Amino acid sequence: MELVFELSKEGRGCDLLPSCDVPETAISEKFARVSAPRLPQLSETDISRHYTKLASRTFGVNKGFYPLGSCTMKYNPRINEEVAGLPGFTGIHPLQPEHTVQGCLEVMAKAEEYLCEITGMDAMTFQPAAGAHGEFTGVMLIKAYHEKRGDIKRTKIIVPDSAHGTNPATAVMAGYKVINVPSDPEGGIDIEKLKAVVDDQVAGLMLTNPNTVGIFDKNILEITRIIKDAGGLCYYDGANLNAVMGNVRPGDMGFDVVHLNLHKTFSTPHGGGGPGSGAVGCKKELEEFLPKPCMGKCGEGYGMCCDRENSIGKVKAFYGNFLVVVKALAYILTLGKEGIPEASKMAVLNANYMMQQLSDTYEAAYKGRCMHEFVLTLEKLHHETGVSALDIAKGLLDEGIHPPTMYFPLIVHEALMVEPTETEGKDTIDNVVAIFKKVYNEAMSNPEAMHEKPVKTVIRRPDEVRAAREPVLRYNFD
Amino acid sequence: MNVPSNLMYTKTHEWVEIIDEKTVRTGLTAYAAENLGDLVFINLPEVGDSVTNGEALGDVESVKAVSDFMSYVTGEVTAVNEQILDEPGTVNGDPFGTWFVEIGNVTEKGELLTPEEYEKVLAEEA
Repeated sequence: MELVFELSKEGRGCDLLPSCDVPETAISEKFARVSAPRLPQLSETDISRHYTKLASRTFGVNKGFYPLGSCTMKYNPRINEEVAGLPGFTGIHPLQPEHTVQGCLEVMAKAEEYLCEITGMDAMTFQPAAGAHGEFTGVMLIKAYHEKRGDIKRTKIIVPDSAHGTNPATAVMAGYKVINVPSDPEGGIDIEKLKAVVDDQVAGLMLTNPNTVGIFDKNILEITRIIKDAGGLCYYDGANLNAVMGNVRPGDMGFDVVHLNLHKTFSTPHGGGGPGSGAVGCKKELEEFLPKPCMGKCGEGYGMCCDRENSIGKVKAFYGNFLVVVKALAYILTLGKEGIPEASKMAVLNANYMMQQLSDTYEAAYKGRCMHEFVLTLEKLHHETGVSALDIAKGLLDEGIHPPTMYFPLIVHEALMVEPTETEGKDTIDNVVAIFKKVYNEAMSNPEAMHEKPVKTVIRRPDEVRAAREPVLRYNFD
Repeated sequence: MNVPSNLMYTKTHEWVEIIDEKTVRTGLTAYAAENLGDLVFINLPEVGDSVTNGEALGDVESVKAVSDFMSYVTGEVTAVNEQILDEPGTVNGDPFGTWFVEIGNVTEKGELLTPEEYEKVLAEEA
């Protein structure tokens, strides 16, 4: 397919832009361009066809099944978009006087109130732009808490070996040394090994529950108590909140700080690089360290009037990605207090149903019930036929479904991690199960052909090494 | 799987060649290279840096994941295989023939496995 620059023809154009309705002013010579920018020149028809072609090549939740484990690719209700598209939300400027944006401020206040209720936290910030940014903000709160108390010997953060890579990366960014704790055979944290590494140098623990293998750690209260007894704090990675929202609260599990991926759990289209929202909630003890400016009730209405002397400072311009918060609130209000727990129960039911239906063909890495996602191991298939998890994933592409997450978590060999989400119906899952089995049977009967997959997609296997080492990030005119 | 008999090994799949009492060379085993997949980037220390038994001396990034490259000796880096920084794929092509760093002034050696012991580790992981 040709790039938009390659379609360009000198002198072609269209009138998509409205005519100028403000007086023209000359720009001083030192800022003026010497030559015209090299923009593609296309007719409106060509532009329309170009983008329609791109859209038709794009795979998303709206096109098909998208069980990308750990990413919660649920269907995002259209009503969210409609609400977020209201001119009162889209036509504002962050520097507008507060009394003219009371409705927007109220949206943030309401979203904070509901999300604190869902997580069991006391206060929240919407500044962080996405999950990892929220993690960093959350761990900085933990650091500020210890430092204010003069407890500066705490230099370690404990992270389980099943964690998302962003957890140890966050701890290092915040200046901590990462201590890895192994998982037990059931996929939870190994309590004895945890006890062995906990001492008075531990600043905190970073954990997601249910964890990365889709298991709810039943020892969670003991785990958080061990950390608390040693003077540390507990950080909840909200990556997997979709499994428990409305049913269990991180605050009740003993966590002090949480981040939420509002774009995942609370429904904003994501996966294309944003915008996201990594809202961070915390218990009262940590509220004074939250980023500022902070929003709250100021006199008659809402405003950015509260001050936090001990704040860790700003982590993003203004107040984060506001429209993602609007969508989260629209989603919460649409589902209501019955719908939120119902959604997570359905996510868990779907995952268990699918795992069970696949169990006569695929091997689950952890037996028993899962939460919202499950991990398959193709180690045996790989060993016997040479067909890897990657080959199976490529085979699924030919069948028109998005493959699950591959090779994650790292503690499971030849892993495929499947998260169907709550927004898939039984018919879809039954159909997908049949496709998964078909691909597996193909692998058994003709393993060599699997290395050639996909054959029906627009591109075959991209050169991942070259894409990482020599990425082409812009059009080369020469 | 191929486990050369002239090398020592670690439980995290590095190989260690004992050059003399105070000098070793270290690289990644075939098992590690195969499981990581095609390497994309390798980060190594510089000549003169000290390394510590039980700590990461560098990391390797493949198309699948980033992993620590562990040191099982305490000493000082005396040479770095610069070629693999530009062409990490060399490691996938010949893991046992491609060393990462040479460490001299070795003052401490950690838990190193014999080829037989390492084969047992591989058998358990398979």
